Amino acid sequence: MDVVASSSSPVAADAARETMLSIKDLRVWFELRRWGFGHAGSVRAVDGVSFDLGYGEAIAVVGESGCGKSTLMKSILGLHLPTEGQIVFEGTNVAELGSRQMQWYRSHVGYVQQDPFGALPPFMMVSRILEEPLVINGVRDKVERQERIVQALEEVKLTPVDDFLNKFPHMLSGGQQQRIVIARAMILQPRLIVADEPVSMLDASIRVEILKLMRALQEAHDLAVIYITHDLSTVRYFSERIFVMYAGQIVEKARVDDLLANPSHPYTLALLAATSDPDPENALTFKDVPPGEPPSLVHPPAGCRFHPRCSHAIAGLCDAEEPPEFEISPHHTAACWLFK
Amino acid sequence: MMAQDSLLRLRDLKLYFRTTKGTVQAVDGVRFSLGHNEAVVVIGESGCGKSSLAKAVLRLLPRNVETYEGEVFLNGTDVMQLDEEAFRKQVRWVKMSLVPQAAMNALNPVLRVGDQVAEPMMVHYDVGKEEALAQAQRMFEHVGVPLDFMQRYAFELSGGMRQRVAIAMSLVTAPALIILDEPTSALDVLTQANIMNMLKRIKDEMETSFILITHDIATSSELADKVAVMYAGQIVEVSDAFQFFTEPLHPYSQKLMASVPRLRADVEPEFITGQPPSLLGLKPGCRFAPRCPMRHDRCDQDPPVYEVDGREVRCWLYEGAGTRVAAEEVARA
Repeated sequence: MDVVASSSSPVAADAARETMLSIKDLRVWFELRRWGFGHAGSVRAVDGVSFDLGYGEAIAVVGESGCGKSTLMKSILGLHLPTEGQIVFEGTNVAELGSRQMQWYRSHVGYVQQDPFGALPPFMMVSRILEEPLVINGVRDKVERQERIVQALEEVKLTPVDDFLNKFPHMLSGGQQQRIVIARAMILQPRLIVADEPVSMLDASIRVEILKLMRALQEAHDLAVIYITHDLSTVRYFSERIFVMYAGQIVEKARVDDLLANPSHPYTLALLAATSDPDPENALTFKDVPPGEPPSLVHPPAGCRFHPRCSHAIAGLCDAEEPPEFEISPHHTAACWLFK
Repeated sequence: MMAQDSLLRLRDLKLYFRTTKGTVQAVDGVRFSLGHNEAVVVIGESGCGKSSLAKAVLRLLPRNVETYEGEVFLNGTDVMQLDEEAFRKQVRWVKMSLVPQAAMNALNPVLRVGDQVAEPMMVHYDVGKEEALAQAQRMFEHVGVPLDFMQRYAFELSGGMRQRVAIAMSLVTAPALIILDEPTSALDVLTQANIMNMLKRIKDEMETSFILITHDIATSSELADKVAVMYAGQIVEVSDAFQFFTEPLHPYSQKLMASVPRLRADVEPEFITGQPPSLLGLKPGCRFAPRCPMRHDRCDQDPPVYEVDGREVRCWLYEGAGTRVAAEEVARA
């Protein structure tokens, strides 16, 4: 078992919290094959990510599609092996776990998926869906399983419980389905929940309800949460720290309040400018957003990956050398040459 | 407000579907108006009938239609009276076009995108391929897609590019009105912002009117001149955008606005308890009443539409404040 080395990231978790999960220089590359045999390059989905997560801490990973946040999350869940770097959970390197230990690990990390309907087996009733993790993880006593199922449903406020136990997923609304997904993620009493866009497929008025439920559960159980989203406006209700990801890397890390008060990386500024509040003045102005699209992850641009779209790019520097993380204020860093 | 609302006027538009479970009253007496070079946003959550509204306006009807009636006045003429062929030749894609939901996934995979955008010109205006392609090229410029992309196939384009192509296709015949159904929902936030910028520019440059159907209230504020809120098949509020976003009238509108998480204000969003009613087997009375904090006895009867300061609200709370809008109204040209 590996010992947790000191964090290489300048933004350490709060001093009051012990580190539970430590990601160090993580790279997850997917090989592209030509004709099934030849190597045609790699998709560098996660390309140098480091951070620490403390017990009970809620962080948000924000980025657009293709930025690597889903691959990062799946790597944390043990579904992808790191190409380089380490994922260390409570002192154990996740990549070195055998299958028994992997089961132990997965019982400590719950996963809330984006599409509630897709996440639930359509042929299983709610009671079975919730029972399954318990059975797999060796909870032999049927009475105990029943009790835990009832408790899980009560926690996600699906009451009266009897109304839901024998329902199939298609009989439930989107919000109710997502509550079942959350209940399932929590039933093994994990220490960490990874939520991948948990509300983006739900209606606007239900999103808030589910986010509030998740926050209440997080506080009640002192759960660590990694909340992955592209919607910046929900982040402040849900997380303490935020990591902005672009093209496989974290470009800015900060406490949520600091990020909103003092956004630094040009990509973060673009994301904030692009996120609308319902304001009638919006119709009168154009948004100041960079054109173009995120870069190819197979052949990322040299130097800073955002430089082709960045209006502040410094020729000769941004297009040549990858910027390291610079500290802007305590616990606030940005990987941008502007802050050298 | 009347003289300006002269492009499109919907009066008591109904579209009901027959299903094995009964009649789905998807569009149940919709009424609003739209002027030239004006954008109205139809806000509603899933299951409120807003996509069916797009189909009803453009007469894109599936086979299980039980009821399709009402008045659709386009520039003063009731196009509901036109037969199918006349509608196809004179209205659909000539005066009104549609960017359907997930249009970017509906592009023809075996045609080059330039040809797809040119196609409506050839079909509806009987022009030759060269002229159609020239028009398509102008549209590509309007939507901000590089011209060399015209030779590509849909799979070679990103989601944002494909959505721009779909929008170009709706623009190519220079219709007066374009209906967009959730045009940016599946796109990333920066792409979304770029597309909304593009729509604003097109509105200025081509003086097109838009009906933007969406559940995303924040994004809707980017384009809206007017807001119509749809709930359970009915329009419950129609308002000038400025007034709507600062002071919504209908209790549902108020709750919707309160549920939007805000980046720039320190306000805790609230949620609406309960769920919208199914469009199957709707009961009489106000459809929002079960979830309304201001519910009272009157709400057991269908509320009429009241006009308040040039806005329209379907709610008993405004009985004293406004004048009742007649159920049947003769359209003023």
